[in-house]
This record gives sequence, structure tokens and C-alpha cells, in this order.
Amino acid sequence: MRKLTFKMGGIHPADKKISSNSKIEILPLPEKVYVSMAQHLGAPATPVVAVGDTVKVGDVIAEPSGFVSAYVHSPVSGVVKAIAPRADIAGNLVPHIEIEVSGDEWREDIDLSTTLITDIPENPADIINKVKLAGVVGLGGATFPTHIKLSPPPGKKAECIILNGAECEPYLTSDNRIMIERSSEIIIGAALLSHAMGDCPVVIAIEENKNEAIMTMSSKLSSLQHTTSVCGKLSIKVLQKKYPQGGEKQLIDAVMGRQVPSGKIPIDVGAVVQNVGTALAVYEAVQKNRPLITNVMTVTGDCQLVQHNYQFRIGTPLSFIAEQAGGVPASAAKIISGGPMMGKAISNMEATTVKGTSSLLYLTEEQTKRRPGSACIRCGRCAGACPMGLEPYLLFKLAKVSDMEALESNAVQDCIECGCCLYSCPASVPLLDMIRPAKADVLRIIKTRK
Amino acid sequence: MLVSPSPHIHTDVTTRRLMRDVIIALVPATLVALLFYGWAEFFVLLVSIGSCVLLEWLITRFMFRKPSTIGDLSAVVTGLLLALNLPSSTPLWVVAIGAVVAIGVAKMSFGGLGQNVFNPAIVARVFLLISFPVYMTSWPLPDISSAWNFCVDAVTGPTLLGQLKEGGLTEGISLSGALFQGGSAGEISDLALIAGFIYLLVRRVIKPWITLSIWATVLLFALVAWLIAPDAYPQPLISLCTGGIMLGSIFMATDYVTSPMSNKGGIIFGIGIGLITMVIRYWGAYPEGVSFAILIMNAFVPLINKMCKSKKFGRA
Amino acid sequence: MSSVFIWTVAVILGLGVLSAVLLYLLASKFKVEEDPRIDEIEKVMPGANCGGCGFAGCRAFAQACVTAGNLDGNFCPVGGNDTMAKVAAVLGIEAKVKAPQVAVVRCNGTCEARPKVNRYDGMASCRVQAMLYKGETGCPWGCLGCGDCVNACSFGAIQMNPATGLPEVDESKCTGCGACAKACPKGIIELRNKGPRGMRVYVDCVNKDKGGVARKACANACIGCSKCAKVCPHDAITVESNLAYIDYAKCKLCKKCVAECPTGAIHAVNFPVLPKKKEEE
Repeated sequence: MRKLTFKMGGIHPADKKISSNSKIEILPLPEKVYVSMAQHLGAPATPVVAVGDTVKVGDVIAEPSGFVSAYVHSPVSGVVKAIAPRADIAGNLVPHIEIEVSGDEWREDIDLSTTLITDIPENPADIINKVKLAGVVGLGGATFPTHIKLSPPPGKKAECIILNGAECEPYLTSDNRIMIERSSEIIIGAALLSHAMGDCPVVIAIEENKNEAIMTMSSKLSSLQHTTSVCGKLSIKVLQKKYPQGGEKQLIDAVMGRQVPSGKIPIDVGAVVQNVGTALAVYEAVQKNRPLITNVMTVTGDCQLVQHNYQFRIGTPLSFIAEQAGGVPASAAKIISGGPMMGKAISNMEATTVKGTSSLLYLTEEQTKRRPGSACIRCGRCAGACPMGLEPYLLFKLAKVSDMEALESNAVQDCIECGCCLYSCPASVPLLDMIRPAKADVLRIIKTRK
Repeated sequence: MLVSPSPHIHTDVTTRRLMRDVIIALVPATLVALLFYGWAEFFVLLVSIGSCVLLEWLITRFMFRKPSTIGDLSAVVTGLLLALNLPSSTPLWVVAIGAVVAIGVAKMSFGGLGQNVFNPAIVARVFLLISFPVYMTSWPLPDISSAWNFCVDAVTGPTLLGQLKEGGLTEGISLSGALFQGGSAGEISDLALIAGFIYLLVRRVIKPWITLSIWATVLLFALVAWLIAPDAYPQPLISLCTGGIMLGSIFMATDYVTSPMSNKGGIIFGIGIGLITMVIRYWGAYPEGVSFAILIMNAFVPLINKMCKSKKFGRA
Repeated sequence: MSSVFIWTVAVILGLGVLSAVLLYLLASKFKVEEDPRIDEIEKVMPGANCGGCGFAGCRAFAQACVTAGNLDGNFCPVGGNDTMAKVAAVLGIEAKVKAPQVAVVRCNGTCEARPKVNRYDGMASCRVQAMLYKGETGCPWGCLGCGDCVNACSFGAIQMNPATGLPEVDESKCTGCGACAKACPKGIIELRNKGPRGMRVYVDCVNKDKGGVARKACANACIGCSKCAKVCPHDAITVESNLAYIDYAKCKLCKKCVAECPTGAIHAVNFPVLPKKKEEE
């Protein structure tokens, strides 16, 4: 079969999937969890519990505070100790609910059995409502509330759902592991998503370097094909290994051969992209009544002795996870939450996991320290690597002189901040560092114009 | 702990590594030059590279008052290319003047690497060609037997293109003669230069479009001329293999700083160089026009860059 | 031979005359009628085009003044009252006198007082750093030290001090244009009245964290203890969200708060050195 990929730009960093064979372990419960109210894109949730309340696993502790917002549930059972601002991984203060753990008592209606439930609810609205009540958000990185994505604006219709199993970031293996260990659930989850969006076809897109995941998913898909009619709409497509294949626009280009026009969203070309992790969360939410309170993350790095894939409860302090995995390696110079291309450097290990946490990645000084930048040699590698067809060297120059008009006409607002330009620059010019604020400025200008 | 914006990993292809690859790609041609021109060439190389590096160091250190940039090896590349663009018999003081023009005038006065509009080595070569025409056009004949002997003065003679210009010798030039010619030190063996080209392509240092479009243009132009008047013009392949086409198209025209960014721009740039070269060769005053052609097209690079905007994702 | 000479001269002369006529016609056709006062005002402006007045440059400022016909809200911080008097004279109106201002960096988190807890490895720009996270030290409010203010200054009046890691304002060069204050993503730099003979008292901190947290991050932080507000006889000090602020309009420079501050966060500058201290030196 021809392997698919996107057409413009892209890079091939070493994939370093060293933790891909580590089975998912269940992380022990910490003594206290701190649940962030800003775990999703959009307005932070509003706490609905008070200090001193006793909560069970799965109880709602915060409600959405706007249209784009999501429910937050208690990941543990115990007593609410405080509702106070607390620093996230970047040191920014965000309201958190502190819960002291006692026991592990789950809400009664949550089905904890491992039986696969293949019956799909008749009414799509039921699915979407359950997804909303379970606080499911996109687990591919953007953490956009899933129920909104499943309800396209009137007049727009999904022609294809792409289930994103590309996991194109080096090092990360959590999606790979769930595709191997929870493949049936992901497939039913995909069928649920399909049914919620009017029985449209689903393409499960996986990069070629995840052979075991491709094999398992394919065999499970063929064995589940008969169970429900919706499963007949599912197919698996293998992608070439190329970064940033998991980017929404790139994935749609790779799978459907359509380009999302500048300033538009995927549904405008009939596409909806959901992460495989989201499909699993949708399965848990709809079939098992289980809200999104756990996720799978990778603890990895070349300097990390034992590679781990953990199923963690949201709100677990990162320092606790690092300790469970054997402590922060002595030679680690940078700790990243997420992949090495788009992840965030952690400056505060007391921060806690959120719904979208995908990894703790340790990089050594040698691997990550930036070389001192030198003059641009105009080699054009950044332009060749840009998956959006932009000219980063030019945007950098324009950003330096704050030429907003030229920045806009050179499409700085299309930048997806994938980092390909800065990765590939032989002179280590801080291209993306400079482009990012310029993009924010231009987006602000465009917004005020409207 | 380190904290920085993403991405957190970077390619190991640095400016220094790219320059080192260019130097490695020039090794075959340099060795051939040394083999045939001996000590004379050795000193030209030494003075050229030495003065280029020294000058860049002095200028960054004492005029820019910034950390020196010689570590990126670009001055070495300029020095090497300059040396290979000169006849081995060039007096060393002329070579040193060339280095001053290349680094001081063509490169650093624009602000250093990445800022210059014109290829430094070519600016220097053209400057020397116009200022010291006698030194720059007496080409020692490549001769292995006397090359490493101090006592024997090298025999000089005209280049093939010079002979063509004089009107003689349209017959009798064989392709093997063209592949292995006298002239600037770096131009002796086209095969050595092509080996370097292949190395650069394999290492992905350059893209082939500029070089190939120059070749194609030259071939086509020469073919048409030859078909019209086979007596007056040499065979197309001989046109391609003589003079500075190989050295120029592989190493000079592909200089990152002074060539267009996009592939499409590169092809336009290459066609321009090919055309101008052939026009100068056939109808100009000089027997060879590659340097002039590259310089002229260098000036068009900003325009070409503006013309050949990349197609953007999701935009018509 | 002479005919060639004559022809050459004639052609060149002809070309010259033709161009002159063309230029004259074009100039008169595209002439823009402009108030001559704009030119006059521009002449008395400092000509730095710094943008401190809020306009793109000195000419834009001159245009704005002429169009408005008054000087309400228009002030050149660089030229100060002298320049504004001249501008007012051109317009034939009276200038309002404004107290000269100076940029004040309100962070005293020196390298010793505010130890680093991580190393920033991105582009040397405060704005880029501020977009990413809260900075290298425990204090999320303080100076990031990349020198965006230094780059913003058109007058070379602000420089980083490598010993403290903080920017320092050269009062003799500072024109109070406010470019640095705009460039600072943390809002640390404030324009304050220069004060009599440059004497000023101000709180050298912008940390709004609770006292304990602020103190832990930086030894020189304002902990919001309100001692200064209590001791101030002129009601010039307000404490809001754990941070004291001295209103320069009300401050009478009595310096009682300076002595009272437990962390030394309140600074008094340009006061004459007391004789007692001189003996010590």
C-alpha cells in the first residue's frame, strides 16, 4: 500500500521511540492531587465544590464557565482541602482544587469492568451529551473540548473523521501504547465518533514506524467489523514518517489530499481530526460512564534509565511521577512536557498533570542546549522545511522591524509553530522565537479589524 | 534546569558543517591543481586562504568589535575558491590584494557572512582580472614533470577558450582535451569538480537546480550556435567542459548567500548565468564570461526572491 | 572633430534643459499645500523621532499640533518644557508647564537577592521569555534581564548592569519618552516626576505576591507589610494587593518610609549625602 504524507516541507528528526515497548503501568496514587481549572482550551472551569467537601472518583468538581470550556471531575476520592491559585508548569498562577486522597472510592455508576461494550447508542445527541458531561477534550495537544468539535456549525458537514495516530513527535509513545493495548476500545470509540457525526467514514492514520500498533489495530478492526454496522466505515491508513504529520492541517492534506484554506478550520473542507487518545476517552465516557480523569503519558529520555508509559490520574504532581520513575536523571538539563518539537519546557516540577499531559521528557545539555546564533546564511532550509510554505527567514527579518503589514501579507498568521524552521537552521537563528510574538500581534490586529 | 521555547532539539547541520563539506568537496580539484602546478599553486593557496582568514579575524575583532566569525569556516571557503580561480603563476602580492577585495570589500563591508550581495571570491577574481590583466591571463600549462621543481619556470600558454576567441583551432579540440585543461588552477579537471558536485548533493549541502540549469542553458545555446555554424563555434559538450563553467556552476553560483532561496528562483538564476556566459564568450571582449555572468545575476537575486514567492499552504 | 564636440555639448545641454523643465512641471503638478507652521514646529523639535510623544516622529507630532491648534495632550517628553514653549510660540498660544519625568526601574532583584532557579536558553528577548514562562528566578513579577528596554531606548540612557543583572537609567540622558516602559513586558518601568534636584522616593519592587512568597523569591521584595503607609505623614503611600506604591504627586520626600521598610524595598535617590556619612567615607 502506498504510504501517505503531506506535500509541503517537513523534517525527519531521529524518532527515538525508545519507550515504545514499555507496557502501560498504573501509577500509584499520590497523597494529594491538585486539579487545575484550566486543563482545556477556552474559559477556565468554575469550581462547584467547597473546602471540606468529600468527593468520590468521578464526581464533578468544576463546571464549564463558557461555551468553549469543559467539566472537570475528581480524579481521586478524598476531601477538598483548598481552592487556590497554584503555579502551572510555566509558573503562571491558575486556580487549582487541592484534594487529599483517602482510599479509592469510585462514583457508583462508573463501570470499572474490562468487558468490551460494542453496542452503540441509537441517538447521536446522547453520545455528544455524554462526551460533554465526561469532560472529554482533545488529547492530541490542543485540548479543545471534544463535544464542540462533534457539533459542527449548521451548514457544515463532516465527510471524514481522521483518527490521529501519527504521533510524529520524537520520543512520545503513549498513543502507540494505547493503540497496542486498548485497540478494541479505540475502534469502538472511533465508531462512536462516527455515529455522533452522522455515520461518516473514519480513517485511522498511523505512521509507519509504529508497526505493532498498525498490526494490532488492523487485526482488531477486522475482528470487530461484524459487531456493529458503523465499524464497516472504519479503515486504517499508513503514513510515512515525517514531522509534523500529526498537525491537523498536515494530516488532512496527507489523508484526504485537501488543504484547509488559511484562516479556516478543518470542518470547512469536511474533515474532523480526533486523536486516538480522545477516541479512547470517548469510549470510556459513553460506554463506561467514566469521565476523563486518567490519561497515558510517557516518561522517557536517553538519560532516563528505565522507560515508562504510565496511566496517571490528572492532578498528580510531576515531581511525584518523576520520583516513581526513578527520579530526575542527574544528566538531564531540560524537562519537557510533550514532545521535543512542540512540548513545553518545565520550570516548575511542583506543577501537576492535566488532561492533555503526554510526557515527561528528559533531555541532556548536549541534546538540547541551543548553539549561539550566528548570521543567517540565506540557505533557505527554513523555507524548505516549513510545512505551511512560509518563509521564516523573511518573517524573522520583518518581525525584527515590527512591519505588521508585511508580516500579514507574508502569512505569519498561518504559522503552526511546529518548530521545523528553528530545528533546521544551520546558523541557529531564533526564527520561531521571534515569529511567535509577531504572529500573536498580527492575529490581534486582524481580530480588532473585524 | 534549562528553559526555552520549543523546539528543544536541533539539527546537527551547522553553518560550520556546511562550509566544511564545501571544503571537502573542493579537495579533489585542489589536489589536482597541486599535482599539476606544484609549489606555485601551493603558495597561492596558502596566501589566499591565510590572508582571507586573517583579514576576517582582524575586521571582526577590531572593526566590528564582536566575537570572531572565522570559526564558521566561510573565510576558508572564500580563500580556497579565490585561489582556485587564479592562475597558479599569479604573484603572491596580487593574491593578497584579491583576498583584501574578497573579504574586506565584497564580504565584510556589507556586514559579513549572509549580508553580502556578490560572491566574494568572484568579486575578487573580476577585480584582479580587470586590474592585472597580464597576470590573470597568462595561464601556465599543467605539467606534472616540472610542477614540483623550483628551478623550472612553468611554460605558459593560452587557454582553449582563448584560442577559440583568437579564431584558430576549432578542429582538433577533443573532448578529452576539454575535460583536462589549462586555465585557473581549479579548472584543470572537470571530473574532480564533478566529484565534488556529487559529494555536495549526497550530503544535501546544495540542491542541483542552479548547476543543472546553467549546464542545460550552456548546452542548448552552444548546440544552436553549433548547428547554425559548425565552423565558427565549438561542439556543445566542449563549450560546457571548458573554462570556468564547472567551477562556477558547482561552487560559485550555488553560494547560499548570493543565490535565490527557492528552487524556481534557482532555475531562473541558472538560466541567466548560462545565457550571459555564452553571450560574453561568443560576442564579448573576454574569452570567458562565467564570473561576469554570476556577478550580474547576483545583483538580480533580491528581485528573483521577490518574484518567486513560495506557494503557501491553503492559499490560492 | 569639433562638430563631435559641439554635438556632445548640445545633446547634454538639451537633456539638462529638458529634465529641468520636466522636473519643474512635475513639482508644480504634485505640489502639496502644507501649513508652513508644520515646518516651523519641526525645526524646533529635537528631531530624534523617538515616538515618545505617541506620534510616529517629530513631523507627525508637528502636524498633529497644527491640526489641533492647541497642545492639549500633546507633549514632547524629550524636548520638555523649553521645546513646548517654542512650539506654543509658533502656534501663538501659551504652553502648559509639565514637570519633567524620568524612567524608573522598579525592580531591585539583584543576582544575590533573587537567586536563579533555572536557566533561560531561548532568544535574548524579554518579550519572548515573558510569553514562555515566569522567568529564571522565583519572582514571577521582576525583571527578566534580557534588555528589551535597552534596545528600545533611542538615547542610550538605559544600560544593563552585569553585576546586578538589572537595567540602570542614566538620568542625564533619559528624556522620559517612555519607550522603555512600553517595551517592558513586566511593566516594571514607570515614568515618575524627576522631583526637585532629582530627589525621588519610590518602591523598588512590583511583586504582588503575599509577603512570605515574595520574600522567599527575593530578599529585596516589598512584602506588603504596610509599615511605610502607616508612617507616612502625607498619605502618599497606598498598599494594594501586597504591594506598596508611593504617589509622587503627594510625596514630600521626608524619607520616613525608607527607614521603616524592613526589606529595603523603598529607595531614595539623589538626596544630598549627610555630613555624617561623609566622615565615614
